[in-house]
Amino acid sequence: MVLVMAPRFSYAMHIAEGFLPPVWCAFYLLLSLPFVMIGLRQLKAKSRLGGDMKLFIAVAAAYCFMLSALKLPSVTGSCSHPTGTGFGAVIFGPFVMSVISVVVLLFQALFLAHGGLTTLGANTFSMGIVGPLVAYGIYRLAGKSKIGIFLASSLGNLATYCVTALQLAFAFPSPAGGIAAAAVKFLSIFALTQVPLAIVEGILTVIMMGIVEKYSVSELEALKGGNAYEA
Amino acid sequence: MKRRDYLMLSLLALFIVVASLFIGAENGPLEGADGIAMEYLSSSNKNLEPWFESIWAPPSGEIESALFALQTAIGGIIIGYYIGKKRNAPADNSICSPK
Repeated sequence: MVLVMAPRFSYAMHIAEGFLPPVWCAFYLLLSLPFVMIGLRQLKAKSRLGGDMKLFIAVAAAYCFMLSALKLPSVTGSCSHPTGTGFGAVIFGPFVMSVISVVVLLFQALFLAHGGLTTLGANTFSMGIVGPLVAYGIYRLAGKSKIGIFLASSLGNLATYCVTALQLAFAFPSPAGGIAAAAVKFLSIFALTQVPLAIVEGILTVIMMGIVEKYSVSELEALKGGNAYEA
Repeated sequence: MKRRDYLMLSLLALFIVVASLFIGAENGPLEGADGIAMEYLSSSNKNLEPWFESIWAPPSGEIESALFALQTAIGGIIIGYYIGKKRNAPADNSICSPK
């Protein structure tokens, strides 16, 4: 049985199609919806800010697209990938990234059988909502420096996978030790693996931020005052 | 940031990836972490059956990696286009006027 199913397991990104019980799917879908709605509204408003703003937003999406396709090795002996959401969260605020994450997750669910349509809500919640919110919060707290950008994007990345682990633990408590034991198990699979990847994403985001600081002066200026990047 | 900073940071990121590759290869088969989690799920919940199938899955690992490469390429092309455009249009970069 496991052997028959094995090829499909290797396809899984975050929570695989059909694995999360329907009740939880509906729960995360409803939970994610308002964030995505706010994001859509902000996306509209921000894209009207002029200059190359639309293209600038596309760059944040492209970064997310690119990084979430990069499966990298980790010290624990398994592979995972960055999320790329911290960069956009720091520049455009967390909610715009919710919308972009839905696009990325849909692409992977439809064309790569990674994640899934039923688990879209749950995966959006971890990658598109909690990750960017953590990244944005840390960036604000850490004093808006290069170190702040590094910490924001790497801890946002880590937060995404911690949430995935917790989502699985809540849906599938361990028969012996309940939710806590299951959480420890899933965290050991996801969070530890993610540590070197989180550091790599942090470094890449600092590089990327350096690039846009040089070439997107006007866009960054136009975004000031909102919940956005401030050098 | 200076050119040297970019170089140093890129090398550092590369070093972490390569080091992770070699340390990771010692510790396991380097499969996807998500796959390992789902495998654990199936082994700890014997009667767990996915209740929904992916509507389409890449027919082989080769096609899958091609699509992943495509995903990376789309992202890279957009970022490259943006940098190229900005680099060649300093005027667009200095003034921002709402349309």
